[in-house]
Amino acid sequence: MKTFLSFIHKEFRHILRDRRTMLILLGMPIAQILLFGFAISTEVKNSRVAVLDPSADVATRRIVERLDASAYFEVAHRVDCMEQVDELFRRGEIALAVVFSPYFASELQHTGEARLQLIADGTEPNQAQMVAGYAAQVVQQALPRGERQGVTACVRYLFNPQAKSAFNFVPGVMGMILLLICAMMTSVSIVREKELGSMEVLLASPMPPLGIVLAKAVPYFVLSGVNLATILLLSRYVLGVPVQGSLALLSGISLLYILLSLSLGLLISNVVRSQMAAVLVSGMGLIMPTIILSGLMFPIESMPEVLQYLSGIVPARWYISAVRKVMIEGVEMFHVWREICVLAGMTVVLLTTSIVTFNKRL
Amino acid sequence: MTTDSEPVIYTEGLTKRFGAFTAVRGISFAVERGEIFGFLGANGAGKTTAMRMLCGLSRPTAGIARVAGYDVARQPEQVKRCIGYMSQRFSLYGDLTVRENLKLYGGIYGMSRTHIRQKTAHVLQELRLDHEADKLVGDLPLGWKQKLAFSVAIFHEPQVVFLDEPTGGVDPLTRRRFWELIYGAAERGITVFVTTHYMDEAEYCDRVSIMVDGEIRALDTPRRLRQQFDAAGMDEVFRKLVRVRQAGA
Repeated sequence: MKTFLSFIHKEFRHILRDRRTMLILLGMPIAQILLFGFAISTEVKNSRVAVLDPSADVATRRIVERLDASAYFEVAHRVDCMEQVDELFRRGEIALAVVFSPYFASELQHTGEARLQLIADGTEPNQAQMVAGYAAQVVQQALPRGERQGVTACVRYLFNPQAKSAFNFVPGVMGMILLLICAMMTSVSIVREKELGSMEVLLASPMPPLGIVLAKAVPYFVLSGVNLATILLLSRYVLGVPVQGSLALLSGISLLYILLSLSLGLLISNVVRSQMAAVLVSGMGLIMPTIILSGLMFPIESMPEVLQYLSGIVPARWYISAVRKVMIEGVEMFHVWREICVLAGMTVVLLTTSIVTFNKRL
Repeated sequence: MTTDSEPVIYTEGLTKRFGAFTAVRGISFAVERGEIFGFLGANGAGKTTAMRMLCGLSRPTAGIARVAGYDVARQPEQVKRCIGYMSQRFSLYGDLTVRENLKLYGGIYGMSRTHIRQKTAHVLQELRLDHEADKLVGDLPLGWKQKLAFSVAIFHEPQVVFLDEPTGGVDPLTRRRFWELIYGAAERGITVFVTTHYMDEAEYCDRVSIMVDGEIRALDTPRRLRQQFDAAGMDEVFRKLVRVRQAGA
């Protein structure tokens, strides 16, 4: 145990002494969260709007006028049918379409209820949510106080029907950072010992081989924990995305994912011989598929079918999906059962393979 | 545990095969306590493989090897506790200080904190590194690093220390200084098992074995080997043995 501790101590020294790498590792999640959170969300100003108004009555006219008058919107098109709305969206001419029900004003007068639909371009979820939110406000303000309650603005996100929220990148960043630190950094640090030749010396010491690897994983495990906490705190207090579901469940799933990433790192370090190769394999083999296939950038639902199946083997896909459900939607464990099972299965397979190949190397 | 009469290293028919290739063919020898044993051979003769088996890093295919009284195949953990190892490639951590490196290896071998502190002071004084104790090892000259690496390898007072081409890349004078440390260790009763390419180093050993094609072709004191092969120096002994092999091949 003392042997083990002095080895862990050494691993921490390696990391702490390499200030630049440590700063990158600790700063990266902060930079990414802030970047995704602020730089990408753009302000709503003079967004182009198409109006489909089969009713053309007092109420609808007032709403359209108010929209046009506000600094946020500019009514650019008046259309006669939904096909035209679709066409305008496809050409990228408009950011929002307002569709009134026929007989809007008379319905409002007689039943006290009327409906209108706000359609936003869901390919840019951040933007779409803001545009729709502002539009709903303007609509409300355009109506007399007594009628406000009766009007429901139904929001639809085109091309992204699930209305993936603007905060979906938080789970995505978590999935990527943890993978980067656990898999990439662990494999690089193990392979460095091989390159240095110090691995031989360590193996000739009474320290059990698996202990060496375990001790190497500990600091990165701690570092991942720090990053996880940073991300969650930032998203809670800076971006205003609280954890809706159980924090314990979220931590549990993250722990499982960290274990999985560490096994991946160990597996990589067994296969490659140089640090450069470790970086390449984990970069091309892990980070790239994670960015492209995990749903971090592109919604899985809108991928070609082949890629949808392919994304099934990307661990981050399951982790990100589980975190989204727990963190954003606030579901119970029951609803993320499938993700947990897949992640656990992957972990068992990877851990076994990496331990077997590790022992074979000796 | 070994008694004083029992050899510290003992092998009989020690063999290692990798598939169809036999790297070490049934070598047998014994090394006494406190002896400096030179393990020579051309590249690919099987020295490193033999040494790895003795260190418990690689399982023998056949034969027996006992180090410090323990069987390397069945008790590798006990063997590892009794040996020190210094690799030809550099084995200290450049981003740790001299003191931290010593502390790390002391910790790995389970030494107590006070013991580590005492030994560290002793080693620093012996190497005259007092002023460099808190400098990063990466900033030291190569000759010093090698001396430090040797001190690290015997930091926990092992019964045997294995040195795998310890003095690569330094001049004969620096090598000579390094060997003063080896003599010091041998006087304290630490058995030294050393592989080398340099024939001036071979002359420093008590006994020398020369491996050719996985077999030990010669084993004796440097002086008697010179007589046996009618050679002026170990250099010539070595060349004669290797030429015999090439003529036979």
